[in-house]
Amino acid sequence: MISNNIQLSIGSMSCAGCVASVERTLQSVPGVKSAVVNFAEHTAQVSGNVAPQALIDAVVAAGYEAAELHGTEDEAAEKEAAELTYYRALKKKTLVAGVVGAPLALMSLFGAMPMLEGSGRIFWAIVAVVSLFVLVYSGGRFFTGAWKAFKGHNANMDTLIALGTGTAWLFSTLILIWPGMVPEEARHLYFEAAVIIIALINLGAALEMRARGKTSEAIKRLIGLQVKTARVVRDGKEIDIPIEQVGLNETLRVRPGEKIAVDGVIIDGHSNVDESMISGEPLPVEKRTGDEVVGGTLNKSGSFLFTATRIGKDTALARIIEMVRQAQNSKPSIGRMADKISAVFVPIVLLVAVVTFMVWFNFGPEPKSAYVLLTTMTVLIIACPCALGLATPISIMVGVGKAAEYGVLIRNGEALQRAGQITTVVLDKTGTVTKGRPAVTHLIPVGKWNEAKLLAVAASIETGSEHPLAEAIVTAADQRDLTLSSAEGFEAIAGHGVQAKIDGRAVLFGNRKLMDDHSIELGGLPAEAARLAANGETPMFLAVDGAAAGIVAVADPIKVDSKAAIARLHKLGIKVVMLTGDNAVTAAAVAKRVGIDEVIAEVQPADKSAKVAALQANGEVVGMVGDGINDAPALARADVGFAIGSGTDVAIESADVTLMRGSLHGVADAIGISKATVRNIKQNLFGAFIYNSLGIPIAAGILFPLFGVLLNPIVAGGAMAMSSLTVVTNANRLRWFKPEGSK
Amino acid sequence: MMSFIVNLLAVALMGFIVWWFWLSRAKVQQVKGSEAIEIIVKDGVYSPANIEIGQGEHVTLNFLRRDPSPCAEKVVFSELGITLDLPLGERQTLVLEPLTPGEYRFSCQMQMYRGSLIVS
Repeated sequence: MISNNIQLSIGSMSCAGCVASVERTLQSVPGVKSAVVNFAEHTAQVSGNVAPQALIDAVVAAGYEAAELHGTEDEAAEKEAAELTYYRALKKKTLVAGVVGAPLALMSLFGAMPMLEGSGRIFWAIVAVVSLFVLVYSGGRFFTGAWKAFKGHNANMDTLIALGTGTAWLFSTLILIWPGMVPEEARHLYFEAAVIIIALINLGAALEMRARGKTSEAIKRLIGLQVKTARVVRDGKEIDIPIEQVGLNETLRVRPGEKIAVDGVIIDGHSNVDESMISGEPLPVEKRTGDEVVGGTLNKSGSFLFTATRIGKDTALARIIEMVRQAQNSKPSIGRMADKISAVFVPIVLLVAVVTFMVWFNFGPEPKSAYVLLTTMTVLIIACPCALGLATPISIMVGVGKAAEYGVLIRNGEALQRAGQITTVVLDKTGTVTKGRPAVTHLIPVGKWNEAKLLAVAASIETGSEHPLAEAIVTAADQRDLTLSSAEGFEAIAGHGVQAKIDGRAVLFGNRKLMDDHSIELGGLPAEAARLAANGETPMFLAVDGAAAGIVAVADPIKVDSKAAIARLHKLGIKVVMLTGDNAVTAAAVAKRVGIDEVIAEVQPADKSAKVAALQANGEVVGMVGDGINDAPALARADVGFAIGSGTDVAIESADVTLMRGSLHGVADAIGISKATVRNIKQNLFGAFIYNSLGIPIAAGILFPLFGVLLNPIVAGGAMAMSSLTVVTNANRLRWFKPEGSK
Repeated sequence: MMSFIVNLLAVALMGFIVWWFWLSRAKVQQVKGSEAIEIIVKDGVYSPANIEIGQGEHVTLNFLRRDPSPCAEKVVFSELGITLDLPLGERQTLVLEPLTPGEYRFSCQMQMYRGSLIVS
């Protein structure tokens, strides 16, 4: 996107000399007219016809940091204000047309209209002038639009409305001036119809506008999370400034109960932060020095200082908003047919109107001219291509927003459509079904040993180890505040375990083979170990001075909600497959505990994509859920790739769907929302097709030969005005959709 | 006789509709590669609606929406998979990489506002 005026925050400017360097860099970017750097505020004001990203790239290449300073909330507020102004204008136009049209329509309904003779003609002449005023004031835009479109060899809704109402007014005026041009029984005037149709169409547009506003509520809610002011620490003082002025690397203070302004890293203090508004994670997350915090989230308890690392459009929240906005703008294949039809719709309706004219002119009963005018005008008025064109994008808008409410970011409309067709969900194990962080699950001491002593010795020997499971043991000891001893003569025995001297005692820690090699008597421990292994845990034996001390079991714990989420997928009729590089025993144990249907274990990361392809070759529509980094090829290969994020990590932009909560419930939510959205689109398309394909023939008078029925043009105008509104209202029903079993 | 003339006129009108909306081409504005072109969105149309550029040229399209109707709030380039939000009164720029020769249509979401980018 290119702008005329861009404000940048410039980081890493250490001296005033940098100012000239940055200014020169910015001025060298093609399209820049002027660039002024403010050293005190670390900002740059650039004007010209240039993309902000080009400026940022240039500044970064010159060795500085840069980010665009921007307030998305202002944009939303401006849009809302503009919509409100237009809504009020529409209301006024509706009112004027309604006040003029309603009494005339009532008089016509009760047969109270004067005859077209004597003083009656004066009455009608006044009506003609007043209705012309209404057509110009309330309906002028239809005539201007129709004329401009016509000049460009195009025809649109305005064409139909202008032709319909314009013909009615013109024909009525001609009869008023030369009554003799048509037989007496055909001297019906349609001024009130033209005016009421204009009133109804304006009313429909105003109501549609209101309803449309609601379709973007999800994104408005996200935008509303953005903070307006931030408390920065400048020259040792804490001052409140507008969020747009927060620069990169600035220090910010957050107090309890306040929202965090931008993304950053805590440098002092600790707290609990409620990230539910972004990640959907209901429990507050503990944050300490060095932890990342995210703009828009709520600080619950402590006060802390943090350094701004991402501002403006680079924050996680701004990127989420952008991603949702882009997805809402994309159109799935289901809407393509409707697009093709609506592109040629209006000229076809014009042809139908001429055919209607000819049929009534040649074969219609007397008074022909009255029938010809009535039917031709009604055909033009009833046709509504807008409902067709709106059917898909408006539902996608609400569906994508609904998914975002559940912490599910959908990349585009196509992914949303495809998710509902999934027949098999393939899950990676580590980090997807399990937490991805191994932890000590069981401590089984023997003899005089207790859990604390067992863990303390195991952690002491593992302190020097680089084994992935060692970290879990040391962390467990830390959490229990155990005192560790230093290990002497540490030696790792590949594939078996480790040995060292701790407090002068010989310690062995590893698998059964290690114990057997040193002839350690294990008693009943191997049976316990087998039970643990069958449960998906990794048991390790500890022996001290040649005697067994117990077992420390480590496992990657299963996420608490994995089982329930997989049960939801089963309820949706979806087969669940686990694809993992882990050994078959552990994989089978995990799969059994969470109810997975099929396990494909010991698969190298590079082969995962081929396994997904094999499932697709069997006719399955595959949804692959993985971490987005190691599983990227498999995610890309799948029909729908779900990247499971860690809280607010939206760096995973290669996947079709990002699950911000890190829970498998997001997969079921996405599928549920997809099915509901596609159902909604189909209802809209069906409604719009049926409306037009029944409405136009009825308006043309197809029922007249059988039942003597003709459609009143005012009724046609009302139906047309309501057809788009119905589509928008139906899409809005999705706002209350709740995926079955969702948390 | 009167009946014949009316029918003839009606048939001629149908012929005109087919010719005007399908067979004849609207005025095309030719643009040189380096030029940015401003497209005003007003009164239900894009002006200019039809733009011709040469092959291998970058295109810079500045959309300026003056039409408050919500129908005008997005412009969609279906073939290119691009949708641009058009805030009222705000110039939105789209820079396109050189395109292969052909016609790339753009429209509002409901296909009522329509235009085309012709790469010759």
